[in-house]
Amino acid sequence: MSANLSALFYLISGILFILALRGLSSPETSRQGNYFGIAGMVISIVVTFLTVGNLGPGFIYVLIFLLIGGTIGAFIAFKIPMTAMPELVAGFHSLVGLAAVFVAISAFLKPEAFNLGIVGNIKLASLIEMSLGAAIGAITFSGSIIAFLKLRGIMSGSPVTFKGQHLINLILGLAIIFLIYYLCISQSSNVFWSIVLISFIVGVLLIIPIGGADMPVVISMLNSYSGWAAAGIGFTLENTALIITGALVGSSGAILSYIMCKGMNRSFFNVILGGWGATDQTSVSKSKEQKPVKSGNADDAAFLMKNASSVIIVPGYGMAVAQAQHALREMVDSLKKNGVKVSYAIHPVAGRMPGHMNVLLAEANVPYDEVFELEEINNDFANCDVAYVIGANDVTNPVAKSDPQSPIYGMPVLDVEKSKSVLFVKRSLSPGYAGIDNDLFYRDNTLMLFADAKKMTEDIIKSL
Amino acid sequence: MEIDPFIFRLSIFILSIFIGYYVVWSVTPSLHTPLMSVTNAISSVIIVGAIIAALAGSSESIFEISNTFGFLAILLAAVNIFGGFLVTQRMLQMYKKKKK
Repeated sequence: MSANLSALFYLISGILFILALRGLSSPETSRQGNYFGIAGMVISIVVTFLTVGNLGPGFIYVLIFLLIGGTIGAFIAFKIPMTAMPELVAGFHSLVGLAAVFVAISAFLKPEAFNLGIVGNIKLASLIEMSLGAAIGAITFSGSIIAFLKLRGIMSGSPVTFKGQHLINLILGLAIIFLIYYLCISQSSNVFWSIVLISFIVGVLLIIPIGGADMPVVISMLNSYSGWAAAGIGFTLENTALIITGALVGSSGAILSYIMCKGMNRSFFNVILGGWGATDQTSVSKSKEQKPVKSGNADDAAFLMKNASSVIIVPGYGMAVAQAQHALREMVDSLKKNGVKVSYAIHPVAGRMPGHMNVLLAEANVPYDEVFELEEINNDFANCDVAYVIGANDVTNPVAKSDPQSPIYGMPVLDVEKSKSVLFVKRSLSPGYAGIDNDLFYRDNTLMLFADAKKMTEDIIKSL
Repeated sequence: MEIDPFIFRLSIFILSIFIGYYVVWSVTPSLHTPLMSVTNAISSVIIVGAIIAALAGSSESIFEISNTFGFLAILLAAVNIFGGFLVTQRMLQMYKKKKK
C-alpha cells in the first residue's frame, strides 16, 4: 500500500476515534461510539500490515502475540468486578506507557526500519520525539504501577513524603531535559538508557506522595500522560492516527484532572505536590467526642424514610468498599413502592476515579436519569425530607462553606444539612480523608447509623 | 521554499488538541469512567509502531533485540485494546433509562 493511501486510512482512524469520544456525550449514543473506536483500531492495524507488506513468518508471530494479548485483555475485561475499575484503568495506563517505551527503544535501536536515519546518525527531530515519548511513557508506566498498588491496597494509600522530595523531583526532571539535549549531540545509547531509567524513577517519586482520595486526579493525569507519550511516538513514526489519538487522550486526561481539582477546590500543583492527608493530625483529635451525637438503628432509619416524600442518596467511596450498591438499589426499590421519590446526588470527586459512583450505580441497575451531578441537585436538598449519606464524608462537610480556616474551605460540597433529616451511615466518627471532623455529625437533624454500609442498608430493607 | 512535513504534523496535533478539548467537555460526567477506559483503548493504537518494529528487516531479523521489543509492545497494546474496548462495552451496557 502506498504511503499516501495508508496516511489517508490513518486519518479515517483518527476521525473514528474522535467520534468514539463524541458518542460519550450521552449514554444512548455511547455504545455506537465504542463501535466507532473499535472500527478505527481495526483499520489502523490492517493498514499497518498492508503497509509493512512483510507477511512472512514474522507475521505469524505478530498474530500470535496479538492473540495472546487479546485473550488476556478480554479475560480481564469480563472478569473484573466494577468496584475494581480504578485499579484496572491504572493498570491499563501502565501498559500503554510501557508499550510506548518499548516502541521508542526499538526505534532507537533500529532507526532505519522507521526511516529515521541510521544508528549513530538519527535525525535530530526524531531523537527528540522518541526520547520525549520514551520519557513520558516511562513516567506513565511506573507512576501507574504505584497508583495501581495504592488503589489495590497492596501499598498503603497514605502519602509517602520525605524531606527534599520536591527538590529531588526537580533535579531529576532537569536531568532528563539535559540528557535529551546531550543525546542529540552524542547519539549515545547509554544516554538514551539513562533517560528511560531516570524517567521510571520520576514516575514512582511523583505518585508516592499522593494520598488515596486524590486518586481521581492522579488517574486522570496519568491518562493524559499516556496520551502525550503516544503523540510523541506518533511524531517519531510520522503517523497521523497516533498523533490525533495522542492529542485527544492527552487533552481528555487534562480536562478530567482539571474537573477533579475543581471538585476539591485545589490547584493541580497542590495535589501533585501532595500531602493533604498529611496535614497536621493534631488539630483533629482535640475537640472530638465532646459534642453530643444522635445515633439510631435500622428501624429508625426505615421509619424516617418510609414516611418521607422525597429522599436523596449521597454515595461515596465507602459504598464501593462495602459493595453496597446492590443493597442500596433494593432499598430504593422498596421505598419507591411506598411512594417515596428517590434520587441520587454524586459529587465530582466521590470515589477513586472520575465517574466511579455512576458506574457502580449503573451496575446495580439504577437508571441513569435518577442520578444527578452536584450542580443539578444541590438546590433540591432544601426541599428534601431525608438525605441518606452512604460512604461519603468530606464532600458533605458544611465546614467547607463556613470556616475559612478549614483545609477544605471553598470546596464545593453537597448541601446535605439543608434536608429535614440526615441519615449518615458510617462505621465510626473518625474524620475523612481530609483529616477534619465533619460538622454534620453533630447537627440536630443528623442521625448517625453506626454500621457497615452494606449491612445497614440490608437491615433497613428488612424493616421496610 | 517548501514547508517541512513536521509543521503539517504539528498542525494536526494542535488542531486535535482543540478537537479533544471541545469533545471531552461535552462528555456527560456520568460517563467519565467509560471515557477513561475508552481513551485507554484508543491510545493503544501505538500498536501500529509496535507492528512496524516487530516486522522490521528481513524474516531472519525478527529475533533481534529491537524486534523483540516490538513484539513485547504488541503484547501489551493488545491486552489494552481488547481489555479497554470490552470493558468499556460492558460498562456502557449497564447504563439504562428508567423503565416507563
